Amino acid sequence: MSEITKTASPVASRPLLKTLTPWIGFLILLLALPNIFSSNVGLYTMNLMGIFIIFALSYNMLLGQGGMLSFGHAVYFGLGGFMSVHFMNYIEDGDFTFPMYLIPIFGGLIGLVFGIIIGSFSTRRAGTVFAMISLGVGELMAASSLIFVAFFGGEEGVSGDRTTGPELMGINFGQDIHIYYLIAGWVFVTVALMYLFSRTPAGRMANAVRDNAERAEFVGYSQRKVRFVSFCASGFFAGIAGGLFALNFEIVTEENLNALTSGTVLLMAYIGGVGFFIGPIVGAVVFTLLQSILSNYTDIWQLYVGILFVLTVMYVPQGLTGIIVMHTAAWRMRRIGLLVLPYLRAGIPALAMLTGIATFLETIHHMRSSVEGETAMSLMGVDFDSHGIVTWIVILALVVVGGYLTRSQLPQLRDAWEMANKPPAKAEGAGS
Amino acid sequence: MLELIFFSLLNGIVTGLLLFMLASGLTLIFSMMGVLNFAHASFYMLGAYFAYTISIYLGFWIGLIVAPILVGLLGAVVERYGLRYVHRWGHVAELIFTFGLAFLIEEVVQFIWGKDTKAYHEPEILQFPLFTFFGQNFPAYKAFMLLISIGIFIMLLLILTRSRVGLIIQAAIHKPNMTAMLGHNVPLVFMGVFGVGCALAGLAGVIAGPALGTFPGMAFVLGSIVFVIVVVGGLGSLTGAFVASLLIGLLQTFAIALDYSVNDLLQLFNISFDADSAFRDLWTLSLPQIAPILPYLLLILILIFRPTGLFGNRET
Repeated sequence: MSEITKTASPVASRPLLKTLTPWIGFLILLLALPNIFSSNVGLYTMNLMGIFIIFALSYNMLLGQGGMLSFGHAVYFGLGGFMSVHFMNYIEDGDFTFPMYLIPIFGGLIGLVFGIIIGSFSTRRAGTVFAMISLGVGELMAASSLIFVAFFGGEEGVSGDRTTGPELMGINFGQDIHIYYLIAGWVFVTVALMYLFSRTPAGRMANAVRDNAERAEFVGYSQRKVRFVSFCASGFFAGIAGGLFALNFEIVTEENLNALTSGTVLLMAYIGGVGFFIGPIVGAVVFTLLQSILSNYTDIWQLYVGILFVLTVMYVPQGLTGIIVMHTAAWRMRRIGLLVLPYLRAGIPALAMLTGIATFLETIHHMRSSVEGETAMSLMGVDFDSHGIVTWIVILALVVVGGYLTRSQLPQLRDAWEMANKPPAKAEGAGS
Repeated sequence: MLELIFFSLLNGIVTGLLLFMLASGLTLIFSMMGVLNFAHASFYMLGAYFAYTISIYLGFWIGLIVAPILVGLLGAVVERYGLRYVHRWGHVAELIFTFGLAFLIEEVVQFIWGKDTKAYHEPEILQFPLFTFFGQNFPAYKAFMLLISIGIFIMLLLILTRSRVGLIIQAAIHKPNMTAMLGHNVPLVFMGVFGVGCALAGLAGVIAGPALGTFPGMAFVLGSIVFVIVVVGGLGSLTGAFVASLLIGLLQTFAIALDYSVNDLLQLFNISFDADSAFRDLWTLSLPQIAPILPYLLLILILIFRPTGLFGNRET
């Protein structure tokens, strides 16, 4: 399942520079991004992305690396957020002095504490029992958050002010760009830490317990303890993500620890691909993009996300990263060029079909939600009449013709795929 | 006080039996396939919405019969083409699939019917108070719900214990491989049970829609409670599901009806508290407030101390 475990070459034998290259690239990317997308929307989206990257990675420590399906991971995220926002307020009131940029530490600590408490009884079993306990704990916390108003602030949540702390070289985090670099720094550090965790014996044993708990026990490891360690670490990082959320939005509400957020993180991790370390990163980026860009164009973006999610679970359980990784064999053999034309031949009609389906959904939605008698609508800059016969003919044509052409192109795509992945004659049987 | 207990008891039983209609299907599906169907409550919601649409054109009674059948067919299709396909990726993928399905169904319902609560009402023939007790009315529709639920329970019990199909289902629950060896078409049994389970959920939706409201969040409200029942009752135990349903139904109604708080308890011992302390919410905590938490508390306690559930004989 995990590509990380398969390519377990001893780290020490690889040249240091080669190991560090992706990390240096990551750092440069983080530093360069705000110069490319410098608009407010861009910064907002990237901040959210950074927070979700940490959150989704911490979730994948459970699901992908530890085999624990959690339906209540938002608990640690939300608690981290609430704790951080309270500490922000303490700093504002002058109760104690602490640099604002380290606030997420408190979020992480409360995540860790609750990870220890809840993990002590929930990690005894994986599978459905664990999933159910996590669901129960999640619902319990979400319901409690509306009862204990002193800590959770009831319906309106708790808000704070991130600019009141001691200044760091004249920066008080008043601007979005400052908070971007703060989040980027935390993302870099936590991603590195989580990667290193997956390389420690504890991380490795988590994989072993996921794959076969019984054998891991025979080797001498308590499956419960191994899960417990992963669970606590995961809670810690989720808490940090929550703390960053509090710093970024300066408000934390009950919504941040309810089932919806727990579902969102599962969605992100799974769409990205739980079998790979970078899967949740891809998932968080894609999901945030979908959320912030798609929601500008359409009201029913959640419907599309739902469809995407169900299709991913059904047909590509390896996630988006899995699709990319599938091509590495062809890439290594320098045969990726063979796939370009077949992809184009199948992709263009498929795109036409998808456009048709999306237009169909949008038109129906427009007919139901618009004011009575208003039939003019516009989609991606094209204006048309939602009740016009031409519209429906175009939709039908796109779906039927696109679908038919896609179908007719599949055999040649399959042939090309086999050609590209056929092991070379002298190769030692290297498959995908 | 007596009146309070009487009505809470009645309401608790109505809620409990309604929950049982959902839980019975879910527990059968769960014990057969080992998959806790997250989308089960979504089929309940679909039942209510289908019945609403049908009731506009053909009236309530046609909806009562047709909507559950439609939902059952849809459930069978989901099992045949969705769940069975995902099965190859393992249990976790199946669980996630049903979770995604629940999400998707909610979105689709919002897409088709909109976000607002639908005006789905009980038929006029049932809009009268059945009896008045201590000045409080008991609506006839609730009695109707009670009647339907009990009828379904007896029918289910008879089918499962007295008929040949029921015996095969029971065998498939406990030893699916052995049942297949004996020549029974276990996948077909699975599909049938899934369909019937969804139909029952749909029926629950049809009769609960007018009473509890027909809105896109209705699946979410009831969904996790039904899991609690299945887990608390025990894997594959219909009796367990029945007892747990009544338990949860009564627990919730009584917790809402009895307005006691920690403060009352403290006053019994003449302890007062500081109104500004950080724990003030804890001292003023009252039973109606914690009513929504109680099922989950029960769930966690059961999973820790008795993972097989109350009446189950094997672990999940």
